[in-house]
Amino acid sequence: MKIAVCIKAVPDTETKIKVAADNKNIDFADVRFITSPYDEFAIEEALKLKEKLGGETTVFSLGGLEAAEVLRDALARGMDNAVHLKDESFVNLDPLSVGKALAAAIKDGGFDAVFCGQQGVGGDNSQVPAILAELLALPQATLVVKLEITDSKFRAEREIEGAHEFVEGTLPAVFSAQKGLNEPRYPSIKGVMAARRKEIATKDAQALGLAGKIGKDNCKMIIREVTPPPARPQGRLIEGDADTQAKTLVELLRNEAQVI
Amino acid sequence: MSQNILVFIEQRAGQIRKSSLEALSEARRQAKTTSSQIQAVVIGANIKPLAAQLHKYKPNKIVLIDGEAYANYSTEGYTQALAEAIKKENPAYVFAAHTSMAKDLMPRVATRLDAPLASDVVELKNEAGKILAVRPMYSGKVYGTVEFTSPQAFLTLRPNRFEASESTNGGDVAQEDFAPAQANIRAKVVETHAATGQKIELSEAPIIVSGGRGIKGPENWAMLQELCDVLGAALGASRAVVDAGWIDHGHQVGQTGKTVSPQLYIACGISGAIQHLAGMSSSKVIVAINKDADAPIFKSATYGLVGDVFEIVPKVTEELRKLNLGS
Repeated sequence: MKIAVCIKAVPDTETKIKVAADNKNIDFADVRFITSPYDEFAIEEALKLKEKLGGETTVFSLGGLEAAEVLRDALARGMDNAVHLKDESFVNLDPLSVGKALAAAIKDGGFDAVFCGQQGVGGDNSQVPAILAELLALPQATLVVKLEITDSKFRAEREIEGAHEFVEGTLPAVFSAQKGLNEPRYPSIKGVMAARRKEIATKDAQALGLAGKIGKDNCKMIIREVTPPPARPQGRLIEGDADTQAKTLVELLRNEAQVI
Repeated sequence: MSQNILVFIEQRAGQIRKSSLEALSEARRQAKTTSSQIQAVVIGANIKPLAAQLHKYKPNKIVLIDGEAYANYSTEGYTQALAEAIKKENPAYVFAAHTSMAKDLMPRVATRLDAPLASDVVELKNEAGKILAVRPMYSGKVYGTVEFTSPQAFLTLRPNRFEASESTNGGDVAQEDFAPAQANIRAKVVETHAATGQKIELSEAPIIVSGGRGIKGPENWAMLQELCDVLGAALGASRAVVDAGWIDHGHQVGQTGKTVSPQLYIACGISGAIQHLAGMSSSKVIVAINKDADAPIFKSATYGLVGDVFEIVPKVTEELRKLNLGS
C-alpha cells in the first residue's frame, strides 16, 4: 500500500491575526507555524493504514521554510518520506495552482491512497482535495469521519448537514479528513531523533514540469485586499438578579434587537 | 461578453436546500445590476416537481438533469452532469451554496473547466459588471476581497448570509430537460443516516444556543435543549466540550468546527477562546451568559449576563415560553 499525504503549514490557531502593511495579506512576523489541524488527522490515518496493511507513506508540502518544518514534524510522527515543493514562484498561489503542483508531484508515484486535511486552516478554501482528485482523475471521498479499506475497496463515512452519509468506492482514491476521523499521535522522542537524520527531497517548478506555468501571474483568482472583520457594536451588561436579567434579556431580544 | 449566472440548486431526497434558494436570489439581485440571464440547474431522480418551487424565484431558465443515475449523490456523476450543463450554458459565473455537497463537488467541477472558485463567500461587490467576492479567512479573523482574472468563475455562498426572496416580476421562466453523457462512477453514496438529536442544521439555523465548559457536564445539555426547543434553535458547542466527549463534533462552532452567522447566538458557559469567537462573531446578535465577568466572550456580546447559567438559562426559557413563539 503506497500512501501520499498532503499537508500545509498554517499560523497557530491561537495566533492573533493582523493585516499586513500592504493590505493584501496577513502579517507573518512573529507568527508560529503548525501543521494545519485537519492535516494531522490525514497523517494519522495514513500511519494507521500502514500499520494495518504495510507499505510506504510519503508526505508532501508546498511552501517556504515553514513547509520544511511541518514535513520534519510529519517524519517525526512516523511518515517514511517527505517531499518539499519549493520554488520562488510558489508564493500566494490560488487553490487551483496549489492543486496543480501537488498533482504533478503525486501523479507518477503509484499511490493507492492520497490523504489531505479537509481544509487548510487560514485560507479556509476547502478545495485542494477535490481539485487534486480531479487532476489525478481519481474517485474521492471528502469530509471523512470514518474510513474502512479492504482489498482495494473503501467505505467512507462523511459528515453532512444533519446527517452522515456512506460512500463506497475503489482505490486508488483521494480522501479528505474531517475532525473525528482519529486521534492524532504526537511525535515520540525516538521519532524526533530519527526524523533529524532523514532527508527531505525538494522539487521545484522545473522538476515538476511546471516552469513558467504556476505563479502569481498564472493565478485566476487574486486577493485584492485583506481587511479586519467589521467591528462589533458596543454591547451592554444586563444587571440585576437572575429573574431581572432573564426578563430584561427577553424584552431586549424582542423589542430592541427584534430577533425573536 | 455575457455576464450570465448559472446557479447549482442542491436537493436531497426531493427537498431543495434553503441556502440554494439564497444563492439563486442573490444571483437575481446581481443580474439586476448587470442585465444578465440566470439559469438554475437541478440534478437528481424524479425532480420535476421541484421546478414549480424554483419558478417563484424567477430564473430565466430552469435546467433539469433527471435520471435514476442521480438518485444517490456521486462526485463523478454530478461533476460530469454539472460540468456539461455549464459548458452548454457558458455562464460568466457559477453560484452554489457553501454546503458539504458543494465542498465535495464545486472544486472538482471548477477544475474540470480550469476555472477558479471562491468558497464560503459572505458578500458580493459589483465593479463595472464584474463580481468581487468577500470571504472570511483565518475563520473570520480577517476578510479577503477576491477578484477573478478568468472568463469564468465559481462562487459558493455561505448559508444564512444572503436573503432568499421570491420574485413578483412577470418575466417568463423557460424550462428544459438536459441529459448529459454518463460518467464512469467509481465511488458513490450508498446510504444516508439522519443525525440523532439535531433537528435544525447549525450552519442554516437562524438561532443557535451553544454550551461550553460552564455547563459542567453532558447531563446538562437537556437544559440548553429546552431553550433550543422554545426558540426553534440549533444546539452548538465549544471545542473544549467536544474534545471532552460531551457531544458530537457536528455541533462544534469555531475554527475546527463550523463557522456560523445566525440572527441570534446565545453562548452559555463559554469563555470565548479566540478559535470560538472566530466561528461565531459574525452573528447578528450575541448573548453571553457566564459567571466570570472577565471572560473574553463579553467583549463580543451584544448583551452580557454575568451570573450562574443554571439559574439564568431556565428563567430565560420560562420567560420565552410566556411569549408562545411557536404559535
